[in-house]
Amino acid sequence: MRFMLLFSRQGKLRLQKWYTATAERDKKKMVRELMQVVLARKPKMSSFLEWRDLKIVYKRYASLYFCCAVEEQDNELITLEVIHRFVELLDKYFGSVCELDIIFNFEKAYFILDEFLIGGEIQDTSKKSVLKAIEQADLLSPYHTC
Amino acid sequence: MPAVSKGDGMRGLAVFISDIRNCKSKEAEIKRINKELANIRSKFKGDKALDGYSKKKYVCKLLFIFLLGHDIDFGHMEAVNLLSSNKYTEKQIGYLFISVLVNSNSELIRLINNAIKNDLSSRNPTFMCLALHCIANVGSREMAEAFAGEIPRILVAGDTMDSVKQSAALCLLRLYKASPDLVLMGEWTSRVVHLLNDQHMGVVTAAISLITCLSSKNPDEFKTCVSLAVSRLSRIVSSASTDLQDYTYYFVPAPWLSCKLLRLLQCYPPPEDGAVKGRLVECLETILNKAQEPPKSKKVQHSNAKNAILFEAISLIIHYDSEPNLLVRACNQLGQFLQHRETNLRYLALESMCTLASSEFSHEAVKTHIETVINALKTERDVSVRQRAADLLYAMCDRSNAKQIVAEMLSYLETADYSIREEMVLKVAILAEKYAVDYSWYVDTILNLIRIAGDYVSEEVWYRVIQIVINRDDVQGYAAKTVFEALQAPACHENMVKVGGYILGEFGNLIAGDPRSSPLVQFNLLHSKFHLCSVPTRALLLSAYIKFINLFPETKATIQEVLRSDSQIRNSDVELQQRAVEYLKLSSIASTDVLATVLEEMPPFPERESSILAKLKKKKGPGAVSVELEDGKERGELNGGGDRGGDAAIAASNASTPSPSADLLGLRSAAPVSGVAPSAGSLLVDVFSEAGPAASSAGVNDDGFLSSTPPSAASEDPAPPLPESDELLNKFVCKNNGVLFENQLLQIGIKSEYRQNLGRMYLFYGNKTSVQFVSFSTTVSCPGELQSQLNVQTKTVEPLVEGGAQVQQVINIECLTDFIDAPLLNIKFRYGGALQNISLKLPVTINKFFQPTEMAAADFFQRWKQLSQPQQEAQKIFKASHGMDTEVLKAKLLGLGTALLENVDPNPENYVCAGVIQTKAQQVGCLLRLEPNAQAQPGEQMYRLTLRSSKDTVSQRVCDLLAEQF
Repeated sequence: MRFMLLFSRQGKLRLQKWYTATAERDKKKMVRELMQVVLARKPKMSSFLEWRDLKIVYKRYASLYFCCAVEEQDNELITLEVIHRFVELLDKYFGSVCELDIIFNFEKAYFILDEFLIGGEIQDTSKKSVLKAIEQADLLSPYHTC
Repeated sequence: MPAVSKGDGMRGLAVFISDIRNCKSKEAEIKRINKELANIRSKFKGDKALDGYSKKKYVCKLLFIFLLGHDIDFGHMEAVNLLSSNKYTEKQIGYLFISVLVNSNSELIRLINNAIKNDLSSRNPTFMCLALHCIANVGSREMAEAFAGEIPRILVAGDTMDSVKQSAALCLLRLYKASPDLVLMGEWTSRVVHLLNDQHMGVVTAAISLITCLSSKNPDEFKTCVSLAVSRLSRIVSSASTDLQDYTYYFVPAPWLSCKLLRLLQCYPPPEDGAVKGRLVECLETILNKAQEPPKSKKVQHSNAKNAILFEAISLIIHYDSEPNLLVRACNQLGQFLQHRETNLRYLALESMCTLASSEFSHEAVKTHIETVINALKTERDVSVRQRAADLLYAMCDRSNAKQIVAEMLSYLETADYSIREEMVLKVAILAEKYAVDYSWYVDTILNLIRIAGDYVSEEVWYRVIQIVINRDDVQGYAAKTVFEALQAPACHENMVKVGGYILGEFGNLIAGDPRSSPLVQFNLLHSKFHLCSVPTRALLLSAYIKFINLFPETKATIQEVLRSDSQIRNSDVELQQRAVEYLKLSSIASTDVLATVLEEMPPFPERESSILAKLKKKKGPGAVSVELEDGKERGELNGGGDRGGDAAIAASNASTPSPSADLLGLRSAAPVSGVAPSAGSLLVDVFSEAGPAASSAGVNDDGFLSSTPPSAASEDPAPPLPESDELLNKFVCKNNGVLFENQLLQIGIKSEYRQNLGRMYLFYGNKTSVQFVSFSTTVSCPGELQSQLNVQTKTVEPLVEGGAQVQQVINIECLTDFIDAPLLNIKFRYGGALQNISLKLPVTINKFFQPTEMAAADFFQRWKQLSQPQQEAQKIFKASHGMDTEVLKAKLLGLGTALLENVDPNPENYVCAGVIQTKAQQVGCLLRLEPNAQAQPGEQMYRLTLRSSKDTVSQRVCDLLAEQF
């Protein structure tokens, strides 16, 4: 996988993860371009499209679009399920996750993603194993107030 | 403020995020951010040491600001400090910040690497994992240099925790992808393969990504993985849906791992071991069978996971391309999906069938779905699906269904989405050319293409139709008639005017007999479009007009009047003005003979790969053209045989830099008046011709011979000439243009022209790969006595040749005295690190300096007798190695550079020629007689070739050269 983006229906980027070195300027350009393409698509259309030299796999969950860019030889359907598993992980962790959870706890979303995918490849598909590390961390830290 | 923090929530952060969300405008947001940045800066600079929690909170805020799209120029140090905290969450935030905001600040990298090193050796698995994630996220060269040695050890150590192994495997993969040279194979590699047997499914899942990547680069070293992968796959496929507990996904056992195993197997050919192969075929059959079973769940996740495996299995079946039974089953399965209600499945089925179409076993099976696919093209509501359908139609096209498919694609073009029109146009053009049985159909199709989607018809497409019409005389009349009719439309596309102008200019005479398309009618029709056209088209039309003057003298007065009008002769565009002035002058002062020579019909184009194909390849990227590549074999049929070795590179590069005003007559800046008469025929006239080659004789002299020291980039000695270089040289004795050399990497094309004792050669070096050539250098040398016989000057070439690009080199040659050997051309460059060193003979032969001499029979025999001393004559008797086709023989003798004298030899079967070889030192008159015994049985046909010249060495050399040509 080359990168994963989460953005809202309004075109606000909520999470971005790049798995190959990309200059900031290019990232911004790609995000803008891709959001436009994906947001313009209608509900019954396929979840896959060709974009530049990449294959885009995306799916919408409530107000959020989850969008992955994968390479020529990658399997589209299994990528769709990578997205779904990630959503399940977020859901399990936050307890019926919504966009706000990801906005206010963006760092957690990144941690969960890091436990699930490394360098764009799946580390583990078991929900239990992935969340174990994160929950362990939560247990270790006391609740702070400011 | 919503209280949605979880775990170790940072309230200050939540407040800040909430504030930002409440900002009504971009300005307000920036104001709030600046306030926060000032606050954080003062905290970081303050005297009071910050506790870990505050540091974490502020670093996290900075990260949030950065992710909003603002620049962050401080806080890196604080983040690095967090790395050495022993509180997990603080360390975690530190690593996250570093991963997102990598800075190549070397000081910082050292500190970061130090912290990572500490965590890697901490033996605390959670810390180790964080460190590994960070290395993988950053993936920089510095990180690879620091850790590429350590990570394999962690990966295969017996006491490493499973979770750490997983992270280590993928971390190593990332480093290998970014800096393969830094990850050294070693003892660990064999142990990595055995991770496929690991008890822990998570470990296998992570390790297999690494193994797949390594196998694809070093298949031999990892080939033991094949049998391991097959047995793992077999265990998964045959397991019940609940056996694998947490690794069962919506009743599908381990879908990710299954897909990855199937992908890994695609790095290898089918297993040789019969038992392994049997087991694998069984797996594939089971997967195909399962597709027919009723679903275990109605959830889309279930069917997606199941079908993900199915598609990957089909990819493997296609990759093997050796099991007809499985291929046909795969095709039937995809056929079912073509009509599935899930758009995703239709999309994937179309995509997958594209590859199936190229297998000989399944091509026919794919073709049976043509109606469904055409229907998809017409009715799918999603453009990306329609695009797949168009791709598939293109892939399944062959002679049997070409007309239907081309017709459907044409009709689809009328409503096609703008985004895919250009590609569709290229595809239609290619199919029409490739499968044209009669060329009138081809011409119709292309003209329809221009009519329907004229804006998307690129230059390559209309150049190509002209090339084909010029090369095939059976279609010229039809083409003239059809363009004439097409131009009748009140509004026709400019590309139609271009094609029309060119074709009528060349072949208008073929339809001029019909009073409805008499010369004047043709001219008036063309000229009615003139004023609406752009400058390049008008330039082309002017050239067509001058050709009309030659074809139809009766139009001369009308056309001259048009040329003479102020809007032409005083046109503000230099190109148009120049053409008008020159053509007007040419038409008034040149005799009909001269006119007829200068404006002669275009000679056939040399064989070349369709430049359209090259364009499609470029558009689709190197991976997407497998179908097109194999088309190459059939391409020869198109313009009739010949060495299709293809001026592909030449065509491609010329097409990408077309001269700005499409110089169809090759008359560009070189004035037709100065280039007058006989020489005009030898100009390198070409649709794609650039400005340069048309230079007049003065051009060659004026150019001054530049730098005499050829560049030598690589210090290595030039390789000895290739064994086939003599043969390559012989190919060019009677021709000046073509492909001199071609291998997997490089193609060298040649264009050359000679005048008197001077020559100029253009070498085109085409990089056939997608990787750049570096340290590219070429040297031309004259071995031995050739040094004093030939003066060869080269200009240096750029040391970098990009993938797919072409560079041109000009070589100036001066013949001082007659010579035998050929100059050597040495090419050196680095491709992917390896030095390539190629030497060839440059096809400069003595006959290139021939000036043809016409003479009557009496003169010929008188001179023949004068050259009767034995050493002045060279003779060879040899077997004919090609047929004795008169036209071919004549073409070759003319190509030699001599004049072919008709009615001289008393025996009409014989050929006699005369010419003078021009060297700086002297002129050597040369007479030639070729006597075929054409009546003999094929196989016994012989020639006697006799050369007489005033110089023995010349007679011998020309005789030797020519004897190789028949």
